[in-house]
Amino acid sequence: MAKLQVELVTAEGRVLSQEADFVVAPGLAGDLGVLPRHIPLLTPLRTGELMVRNDGHEELLFVAGGFIEILPDKVTILADAAERAEHIDEARAEEARKRAQELLTQDATNAEAAASLERAIFRMRVADVRRRRRERPQGPPSGQ
Amino acid sequence: MPSLRDLRRRIRSVQNMRKITKAMELVAAARMRRAQERVVNARPYSEEIASIMAELMKRSPQYKHPYLQVREVKARVLILVTADRGLCGALNSNNIRLALREMNASAAPVAVVTIGRKGRDVIHRLRRNLIADRSELGDKPTIGDILPAVRVALEQYESGEADQVDVIFARFISIGRQEATVRRVIPVEPPEQVHALAADFEYEPDPKDVLDALLPRYCEAQVYQAVLENAASEQAARMVAMRNATDNATEFIDDLTLTANKVRQATITTELMEIVGGAAALEG
Repeated sequence: MAKLQVELVTAEGRVLSQEADFVVAPGLAGDLGVLPRHIPLLTPLRTGELMVRNDGHEELLFVAGGFIEILPDKVTILADAAERAEHIDEARAEEARKRAQELLTQDATNAEAAASLERAIFRMRVADVRRRRRERPQGPPSGQ
Repeated sequence: MPSLRDLRRRIRSVQNMRKITKAMELVAAARMRRAQERVVNARPYSEEIASIMAELMKRSPQYKHPYLQVREVKARVLILVTADRGLCGALNSNNIRLALREMNASAAPVAVVTIGRKGRDVIHRLRRNLIADRSELGDKPTIGDILPAVRVALEQYESGEADQVDVIFARFISIGRQEATVRRVIPVEPPEQVHALAADFEYEPDPKDVLDALLPRYCEAQVYQAVLENAASEQAARMVAMRNATDNATEFIDDLTLTANKVRQATITTELMEIVGGAAALEG
């Protein structure tokens, strides 16, 4: 079966470059599931989780905003920030979450704090999923 | 004639200095390699954005985002990138001098955003219009680190308080050569298409929105590139400066050693003469 070449790039450098069978990205208008031979599409991203599946192995990554450029055989994600699950600093995310929540209780319209809270929550979620998967060794995902 | 003890003390002190400059040279060399890597790593992102932008502009040439409009320049913003530390040759003073020259030559008033302590200190001391600063970045600046300062510059443009934004940094030409450079950030010059996009894209929501979201990031990425390149230049300049200092110290030590030996010889000769003279006096 045809494969997708996935490139995840941030301003600091390349986070991920690999082949994949299936990619789910948090598009601005909703999650985008991308299989090989997708029509060319360019759209901004939300903050959220990026899932990359290759040969039955799924990897979950954190992405915060940016763009996704989809070609039939290639997916390029230009993220404002992105981390692989193992590089996420959970303590820092937890701290950021607390700080953002505090700011939000003072001023519920603080957009920056809301964005920061969103990032912290998704970071922790991605890290959490990885931890749970390691505790319970993952079989091939269903539907394969 | 200086005393032998003083000379020896001098030699020891210069030897200690040489150890320090040598160590700094080695550290700068290692850091330079890493800084260069960061410059290279950052390239795919801005190249990719540039090629998407080129494509979008080709598709909707009539759409003019404010960042693309060339306005009459009534006020300017300069982003001055310098190092946080000195001991890197003329790097910082070259950047600062270029900035001051730009400011003095410009008919329009200039506001300054500084990234790096050295530039901030000078602009502050000269009481120029400093509107934002981001210093003490360390050697691994992330784009998030510099973003608040860059946003200030972009907002000046968006609100119409400035009509042009430039960045000044030391361009890395080679290890021995870095050049203070001005690069325009806004109005954005449409980038050359690096590689043609392969296909006819669908845009969601539509091309205009994608371009709107893309342009600020393009500008931010450009400033970030400048900061990274300046960091590589800083380390290269420091390495060369410290190598020269080490060489000078070596030369100085050689000179001092020669003098010290001469003094020692002279003392021995004098002592011998005295002994011979004394013996001769006894015999006579």
